[in-house]
Amino acid sequence: MSDTKLTVEVVSPEKRVWSGEATSVSARTVDGDIGILANHISLLGVLVPGVVSIKGSDGTTTEFTMDGGFISVNKNRVSILGQASN
Amino acid sequence: MGAQLRIYRRRMRSVKATKKITRAMELISASRIVKAQQRVQASSPYSTELTNAVRAVALSSNTAHPLTSVAENPKRAAVLIITADRGMAGAYSNAAIKEGDLLIATLKARGLEVDAYLVGRKAVNFYRFRDRAITASWTGFSDNPTFEKAQEVSAALIETFLADANAAGVDELHIIYTKFKSMILQEPVADVLLPLATTGTPEGEATGSAYEFESSAESVLNALLPRYVEARVFNAMLQSAASEHAARRRAMKSATDNADELIKSLTRLANAARQAEITQEISEIVGGADALASASAGSE
Repeated sequence: MSDTKLTVEVVSPEKRVWSGEATSVSARTVDGDIGILANHISLLGVLVPGVVSIKGSDGTTTEFTMDGGFISVNKNRVSILGQASN
Repeated sequence: MGAQLRIYRRRMRSVKATKKITRAMELISASRIVKAQQRVQASSPYSTELTNAVRAVALSSNTAHPLTSVAENPKRAAVLIITADRGMAGAYSNAAIKEGDLLIATLKARGLEVDAYLVGRKAVNFYRFRDRAITASWTGFSDNPTFEKAQEVSAALIETFLADANAAGVDELHIIYTKFKSMILQEPVADVLLPLATTGTPEGEATGSAYEFESSAESVLNALLPRYVEARVFNAMLQSAASEHAARRRAMKSATDNADELIKSLTRLANAARQAEITQEISEIVGGADALASASAGSE
């Protein structure tokens, strides 16, 4: 357990909406809600329209409403792709 | 005022008016390049991430998917050509159309039939004038493309790609756009959109590890690939828009320079004409005075 933080990016087609460090991310995929903590296994998931919430390492929680999209996790890097709005 | 001088002055006035217009267009384009460039940059994280994700799925699973598998015997190909809606941008649109012609020629040499998908009024007019078949076309947004437009174009492309070969579906998707390399260098390029080349060497370490898929590799690919095409098309449109503005700025700059040159030489000609007029007037007066003097001398 070397790293305990996730580097998270929320990217929409037009621009990078949000990026920063987080302790956990939760999102709703086609199979149901998933939560991601540090050192999660590499994952690629299809999101359904819903809320993605990111718990930042400074304790604040940021939420985005996603209009579908994807989540990709690899080596503590989380990318959330899709049309996002706060 | 002499007739010659009047004509020179009139031409100078018209050149000056044209210069004002080209100068204004140059400045407008110059200010829009920056914005267009920023949009290209803002959109690149999305397409990079998507490309990485698509690579990851394609490499870490053996899923056969219509969007990634190369047809054994391709019969048709679709070519999407992105050009401008307006002219006055030098060779910008023509360069892309020519690149398209080259690609179409090579595809035809391989025995494929080619469907043309056009973006921009310039390409549409070019094809219509030469009575070439246009499968679909979109116009009116070349200098400021929106993601919705990119989605619209990609939807048509994906639909024809997924359609059965018997129903005029295509086996390959190609795209021609103008890459914005720098302020002074833009280059028309031809890229293959689909099928995805999965044999290429993976970039970076991201593709090294095995992925878990939610819910399956196939469903992820199904959802991912249309988004991938959209992102690629959108990025191509944005780059083309930036290139269009850069090409227009350059064309308008040289038009302004030419107008300056023209005004300079016309000013010289007008000055010479004015001087000639004055000289003629003086010689007329001297001649008249001489004639008067000799006439009065003769009468005495």
